[in-house]
This record gives sequence, C-alpha cells and structure tokens, in this order.
Amino acid sequence: MRLQYPTNIRVIQLPCSGRVDILHLLRAFEDGADGVYVAGCMEGDCHFLTGNFKARRKVNYVKKILEALGIEPERIEMFNMSSAEGPRFAQVAREFTETIRGMGPSPVPKAKAA
Amino acid sequence: MIVGDSKPLEEILEMIKDKKQVLVLGCRGCVTVCNVGGEKEVGILATALRIAVKKQGWDIKVGEMTLERQCDPEYIEELADPIEEYDSVVSIACGVGPQFVSERFPDKRVYPGINTTFIGGAVEHGVWAERCQSCGNCLVHNFGGLCPIARCSKSLMNGPCGGSANAKCEIDPEVDCVWHLIVEKMEKMGRLEELAEVWPTKNWLTSRDGGPRKRVREDLKQ
Repeated sequence: MRLQYPTNIRVIQLPCSGRVDILHLLRAFEDGADGVYVAGCMEGDCHFLTGNFKARRKVNYVKKILEALGIEPERIEMFNMSSAEGPRFAQVAREFTETIRGMGPSPVPKAKAA
Repeated sequence: MIVGDSKPLEEILEMIKDKKQVLVLGCRGCVTVCNVGGEKEVGILATALRIAVKKQGWDIKVGEMTLERQCDPEYIEELADPIEEYDSVVSIACGVGPQFVSERFPDKRVYPGINTTFIGGAVEHGVWAERCQSCGNCLVHNFGGLCPIARCSKSLMNGPCGGSANAKCEIDPEVDCVWHLIVEKMEKMGRLEELAEVWPTKNWLTSRDGGPRKRVREDLKQ
C-alpha cells in the first residue's frame, strides 16, 4: 500500500492494546512527547475480548493525571481501527499530528538525546 | 486489607514544591493489593511528579522505592542508606507508613501520599468495600456473618431502622441496608428467631473510644 504518514510518529508495537500500561503512556510524556495515542482494534473485535476496552480506560486514567498536572488531556487519545485499515491508520496519524501541532509543543521539556 | 485512596496530585505537589530530593515510598502490603501504594503506583506517582517538576522547571530529584512493609521496623531499616540521598519522603502506605518512617528518620520530612479510608475487601476487580471497623469485639457470627457495626450507617445492633427501604439505606440508594441482608441471610439459614434477641448497648471501650490501642504478646516480646 505504501501509505505516507507523518515521520514524527514513533510506533511502538504491542501484542494487544490491552498490554499498554499507564506507566508506558506517562513515560512518553516524561520524555517530552507532545502527544501519545493508542491504536487498538475495533471494539468488539479484540482477540483477547477486552484488551482494547482496557486500553481506553487506561488512556482515560492518564488523561486525568495530565489534567491534574496542567497538561491538556487531549494530548493523549485512543483510536480504534482494524489491522486491515491501512488508510485509516495513516489518516489518524495525520489528523492526530495536526491536532497536537495545533496545541503546540508539550509544556514538558524534551529529554536530552542519549 | 487496609484500603486507601491516592491524594490529589495537586496536594502532593504542594507538599514537595520547595524540596530538593523526594523519595516516593511504596509498601508491598495492603496498599499493593488495593492498587494504591505498591511498586506500580510508586512508578506512576513518581513519573507524574517528574513530569510536573520538568514542566514547572523545578530542581527536584524524584526517586522510587518500595518496602516489603512500612509497618515493621525491620523493613523501615532498609531505608537507612538510600534515604541519605533525600530530604523528604512521600509515603504511599496507609497512615502507619509515614509515621513509622518519620519516627525512624526524624530529620526527614515525611508526607502521606494516600488517604487511608477503611478496612475492607475487594467485592469485584477494582471495587473495594468497607467490611470492618476494628471495634475490638467481633460479633459477626451473631448476624449471619455480616457486620452491623461496619456496614450499617448507624452501627445499629438491633436493626433495621425506619430508614431502610427496598433493601437500601436512606443515606444513599447505592448503599445496601446491611440489616436487610442480615434478616435475609438468617432467614435462609433458618436462624431468624435468633434476631429476636435484643442486644444491649455495645461497649465501645474496645474500639477507639477507649483511646489508642496496643496489643502485647508476652511470648513473642523480647
């Protein structure tokens, strides 16, 4: 398909979105990520039944933490898409990048490159 | 287990904002089981604090450590070396933790990172409910295994009261009337007539009303 999506996106693969941990999400912000999103399977299509629902709940939990820290909760989102939806993956990547770009850089300074 | 709730991040930040080295200290006891103060929560709280520190441009080092328990001096002792690097501690154990830590290390500022709420159990994954009020004189066997002290809003020994409606308590339609549950359970067990017994006023001296409590086992004491 060779679809283009913004190069600023760093993809971290997991066996299931349910494997996402609150700490993974927070550490990304600690290291200065401007935005983080979790791309899970369509609701109802989880191979492990509820992994994507659990991921969404964790994303919502992190939203509350960000809010308490005075960081826009919109900097973290959960998206559902099937693995057959390459074009949607690229579209979400573009749209989320635009949303975050509109918000400006994260108020947390970037970690220095190792 | 002892159940607690995390304090709001804003409150914890206010505590530590003028500190230089802060240790977030967890406990592998009850608060690990109720997902509020174990190793995982230490990581989450410390990371959240580091994000806040970076955002504000403060110069605070936030460290992480989790003890086996914070209610036993031998485990608190493990802090002796690592605590040297810190000027303050945020303990996310129950209320015992910050007291034991500050007693052992009197020159450190120790802050409670959680609010200890009750003695209870997990009624489903992620939901905990109060089951014991540590009144010091357990009587649950007389009430079908249900505690009227901890679970009745009025701690009635002879219930239910007039506020019970449709098996719920008048304080909140979400709260079960434990006396309704007691009557149902006793009926099911064929023990309903036992509830005809009128309980005299409870002696609260064994509870907190008798002042701070202490337990001594002479055979174990050194």
